[in-house]
Amino acid sequence: MNTPNAALPTHVAISTHAGSGFMWAARDTMAMVWRNLTVVRRVPQLLVFALVQPLIFVFMFRYVFGGAIPSGAAGLPYVDYLMPGIFVQTVTFGAINTAVGLAEDKNKGLLERLKSLPMSRSAVLGGRVLADTTRNVFVVTMMLFVGFLVGFNTHTNALKVAAGVGLMVLFGFAICWIFALIGLSVTNGEAAQAAAFPLLAPLTFASNAFVPPDTMPDWLRWWAERQPLSITVRGVRALMLGTEPMDYVWGSIAWSLAITAVLAPLAVRRFRNG
Amino acid sequence: MTETAILAEDLRKTYGDVVAVDRISLAVPRATVLGLLGANGAGKTTMVRMLTTVLKPDSGKGTVNGFDVQHQQQAVRRSIGLAGQYAAVDENLTGRENLVLVGRLTHIGKAAARQRADELLDQFHLTDAGNRPVRTYSGGMRRRLDLGAALVTHPPVLFLDEPTTGLDPASRLDLWEVIETLVADGTTVLLTTQYLEEADRLADNIVVIDKGLIAAEGTAKQLKSRLGDTVIEFELASPQIAVVAAELLGGTVAAGTIVRLVMSNGPSTLREALNRLSSADVVPAHVALREPTLDDVFLTLTGNSGANS
Ligand SMILES: Nc1ncnc2c1ncn2[C@@H]1O[C@H](COP(=O)(O)OP(=O)(O)OP(=O)(O)O)[C@@H](O)[C@H]1O
Ligand SMILES: [Mg+2]
Repeated sequence: MNTPNAALPTHVAISTHAGSGFMWAARDTMAMVWRNLTVVRRVPQLLVFALVQPLIFVFMFRYVFGGAIPSGAAGLPYVDYLMPGIFVQTVTFGAINTAVGLAEDKNKGLLERLKSLPMSRSAVLGGRVLADTTRNVFVVTMMLFVGFLVGFNTHTNALKVAAGVGLMVLFGFAICWIFALIGLSVTNGEAAQAAAFPLLAPLTFASNAFVPPDTMPDWLRWWAERQPLSITVRGVRALMLGTEPMDYVWGSIAWSLAITAVLAPLAVRRFRNG
Repeated sequence: MTETAILAEDLRKTYGDVVAVDRISLAVPRATVLGLLGANGAGKTTMVRMLTTVLKPDSGKGTVNGFDVQHQQQAVRRSIGLAGQYAAVDENLTGRENLVLVGRLTHIGKAAARQRADELLDQFHLTDAGNRPVRTYSGGMRRRLDLGAALVTHPPVLFLDEPTTGLDPASRLDLWEVIETLVADGTTVLLTTQYLEEADRLADNIVVIDKGLIAAEGTAKQLKSRLGDTVIEFELASPQIAVVAAELLGGTVAAGTIVRLVMSNGPSTLREALNRLSSADVVPAHVALREPTLDDVFLTLTGNSGANS
């Protein structure tokens, strides 16, 4: 090891068997998850801000508009109708983090460094999306408690409520892949933020998250009843309230899997080539 | 193993209409330093990106440590360290965490990654700041950390894109010594720089690129002697007059009011130049004769000083 020439092949040899295979992909992904969550821990304000927006929505719809909105499901108070919508909106907005995080990493030159390392090609995006999903679990759990504080009641059992959380987190996971692609396609965090809203608005507002689509014009209602976020909200209502058929649960899972199956490979390809 | 650690053959990369790297071939023998010089936008970073597998070339071939940059990417990545043009460290992690992360991602194992992080913090005088988030670091500290991150695996081939930009003179000297030690131990370095003094001191060979093409190559000495042995500088009263004078003399405008001529027969050229100036009624405020520096080489070859454009 004293002579340089002896040192060189050793280093190559050490890692020749490494860097490929599922195990390394998993370890690299975990390393990236660790990094992304360390950043969340280091800058907890971001987590607080992540809660501010859904809290404002709860306040507005629960107390400002709520009185004027007829409940979607017979017999249940509006707050029960509303909260699943808020939850799904929260996880969906949580995906902005994926775009902003990746765009910032790109802007700072960090992606370039990562690309020059012998790490798994899918770990940068996988680590980002999994960290944001973990963060979503945390934020949505907080929102669940906020819901209980403002009078939200579930009408099924604890298992189904947990499954409801799982359903929306899975949906958030799928949306993260869309935002991974966006994050890799813009130059910085602000651009990512700007690009996110036009996509999120039709998804979250033109939906059944806050009001039943019955009173919307036909064209809007057509979209609001069929789009994946609405299906997910109905799935969550099915699991937490029991007011919707379970079909929507399966429908939401199918959407989430389909979105992931299409967008994840696209995002990874974008990462490799971009 | 091959004695050529880095080899580029007709590498080319375009972005739409912009030809970033037109056609560049170069070879860097093992345990030597190649200095890649060029003005802003010359294509230095693009060259580094292609050779470090970060960017796919449009055409041509690159080989690093014997591995093809397009077809043996992981093997190339295991052979190299990269310190890009902008310090690629995570602001919100501590210095130590940044280094450990790179260690983990290069698969040297968690314990080894931690140990290596401590060594590098020590080597780059960052031990005291090691547990602070990088966002509290000065620009120079980030740069040093970034360089440390490139060295985590003791890579046999090192790519440094403007490694001393933003460093104070003392840190720059420190870094030069680090690079010299690495090279003495067998590391091959490809270094881009805007500082000709840096290339003069560190580089065994220099390649000057301009608009994606090689404008000149050789040792610092060869490049300087190629130009001639004397530099004559005239200082004129105004930038406008400098432009006129440059045209008159076939020289280049160096910095606003300075016109520079590089010649092999200094005294007679000087007389001829003064004659031409006086026949055009241009009186220089100041005249200097000196030996050429790499700056002159750069300026003459690219018609451009590193600092503007
Ligand atoms: N991603 C990109 N998209 C479009 N054009 C690009 C891109 N990257 C580089 N270029 C262009 O390619 C050319 C070469 O850029 P490059 O970054 O390689 O130059 P450089 O020599 O490193 O310059 P500098 O000294 O400023 O770092 C420039 O004209 C630049 O505008
Ligand atoms: Mg550059």
